[in-house]
Amino acid sequence: MFETFYPILFLLVAASLLAVVFVVMSVLIGKRTKLGRKLEPYECGMEPVGTTREPVPIKFFLVAILFVIFDIEVIFLYPWAVISRSLGLFGFIEMLVFVVILLVGYFYILGRGALKWE
Amino acid sequence: MGDEVVALEYEKMIDFTSASINFELIYSEISLLVAAFLILLTAFQRHLARLAPLVALVGIAVSFYFALQQWGNQMSGFFGMITCDDFGTAFKLLFLVVAALTLLIAHRFLIVKRIGSPEFYALLLVSTMGMMVMANTTDLLVMFLGLEIMSVPLYVMAGYARRSLASNEAGIKYFIMGAFASAFLLLGIAFVFGASGTTDLRQIVADYSFIVSNFQNYLYAGAALILIGFGFKIAAVPFHAWVPDVYQGAPTPVTAFFSVGPKAAGFAVMLRVFLFGFEQMGMLTELFWVLAVLTMTVGNVLALRQDNVKRMLAYSSIAHAGYILVALCVGGNDAISAAVFYLLAYAMFNLGAFAVIVLLETRSGCKSDFSELSGLSSSAPYLSAVLALFMFALAGFPPTVGFLGKFYIFSAAIKSGYILLTVIGVMNSFLSVYYYLRIVKTSYFEKFEGTFAPAPYSPAIMVVLFITVIGTLGLGFFPDRVLEFSQSALFAFL
Repeated sequence: MFETFYPILFLLVAASLLAVVFVVMSVLIGKRTKLGRKLEPYECGMEPVGTTREPVPIKFFLVAILFVIFDIEVIFLYPWAVISRSLGLFGFIEMLVFVVILLVGYFYILGRGALKWE
Repeated sequence: MGDEVVALEYEKMIDFTSASINFELIYSEISLLVAAFLILLTAFQRHLARLAPLVALVGIAVSFYFALQQWGNQMSGFFGMITCDDFGTAFKLLFLVVAALTLLIAHRFLIVKRIGSPEFYALLLVSTMGMMVMANTTDLLVMFLGLEIMSVPLYVMAGYARRSLASNEAGIKYFIMGAFASAFLLLGIAFVFGASGTTDLRQIVADYSFIVSNFQNYLYAGAALILIGFGFKIAAVPFHAWVPDVYQGAPTPVTAFFSVGPKAAGFAVMLRVFLFGFEQMGMLTELFWVLAVLTMTVGNVLALRQDNVKRMLAYSSIAHAGYILVALCVGGNDAISAAVFYLLAYAMFNLGAFAVIVLLETRSGCKSDFSELSGLSSSAPYLSAVLALFMFALAGFPPTVGFLGKFYIFSAAIKSGYILLTVIGVMNSFLSVYYYLRIVKTSYFEKFEGTFAPAPYSPAIMVVLFITVIGTLGLGFFPDRVLEFSQSALFAFL
């Protein structure tokens, strides 16, 4: 019964192999500098040490919230898609209503310029 | 292959196309939502955005029409999730009236204070829709859903005056406290579900003896947590700490809405949960006895020493919640209809009082302190007379509807033998006379100092004052129609 899982096992092995190959290659081929910034811990371009209460532009928060909303939309679409055939036209119209409701929000966001990044 | 099997299973469980999805039950909610969407879609086009209040009013009117059509019909739909009975419909009508009056109060104020973006009206409509969902269900989870639909716009509305520090504080404070209360409520629902295996109150009523004999502790813990969750919304006393700051900081029309709308919605669900769902739970009577006495007394005593009218009205709204909690303690059909009547009456004179305060605050530089009222009787004699009328109604003086509201609640209490509770309630009304009449005294007998511009009347607020004065006095003299209305506003045991 495990046959169906072989592709996943293959994926696991291939992924770890690829990772190891990349690391080894960069050790063998890459140039090495052990100076200044290179020795600091990597934190996505932020200063590793400093105050934690820096003001963050509200745009980040806005984009995060908008992402959550449309993410949830997709989550709701999946179970609907599974049984969409048996739901028929009724289910299709219901889902259309749901999407239109979110679309109204999208047009509102666009109109208010929430996605403009200046 | 798997696809087909899953689809078959689902079909066996729920028939999605059956008549149990009953859209006419939610026509009034849908019309509010459609109006809110129209407002949002036109919000950024300047010439269309000016129509937002009009669109909102039309939405409320259409919704009112559909709610009236429902009156007298008792139906259940959406697999028992939505239940329309006369109790729920009565509250629907009440919420719509409150929303319309708030809209009319707010319009001019928002423009003068330069916070008049059309989103306000959309938020108001969505919040009202949440209240309607709360009142029209017997399912605890749908109640929670309605509560959140109501609350989230309210958080934004509390902080609507973006440039005002007090308003920001009010928004954050209300949001944190409200989220905290929601957590309590949800945990309570989880406990009740754990004990009974259902979130539908009708099922709980049917299986009550079985649930109590097996899972008594879980059910009681759940009921207590649910009480805490709703107690926050109606501002009952151990859970009232947020009220004064939020009421004072929020823009005044929003405060008017807070003090009536969410409170009525909270009472609607509390009446349904505790007088229908957990009716057989004996110890609730004592619990509500204590809550009612605490809420009345603390609200009235703290209101005595306030210097800000909005803050005073915040404490007064706590005290009024205490009077309505008496009805929850008493129980039975008399008490339920008395509570509905009281909420209707309270909506009238409290919104009226706030309309006057908003009108005065529209003048520049006003913060609604008591001192700003001095000399009002000479500068605006009619307005101060109207304000005095509302204060008499809040205190419960006889020709007004405020007296009748208290009378019905306390007579229901006496009929069921709660003499001590009634005595405490009446003593509290006496206490409240002091601070209500302080407003009358300030506006009539104190000398005017400083220079304030005359209050800018607008047609919308004149309409509100007209309606609320008619409601306060007219219902006081001829209460029979409304009384009949509130007496038929009972749960239908579907």
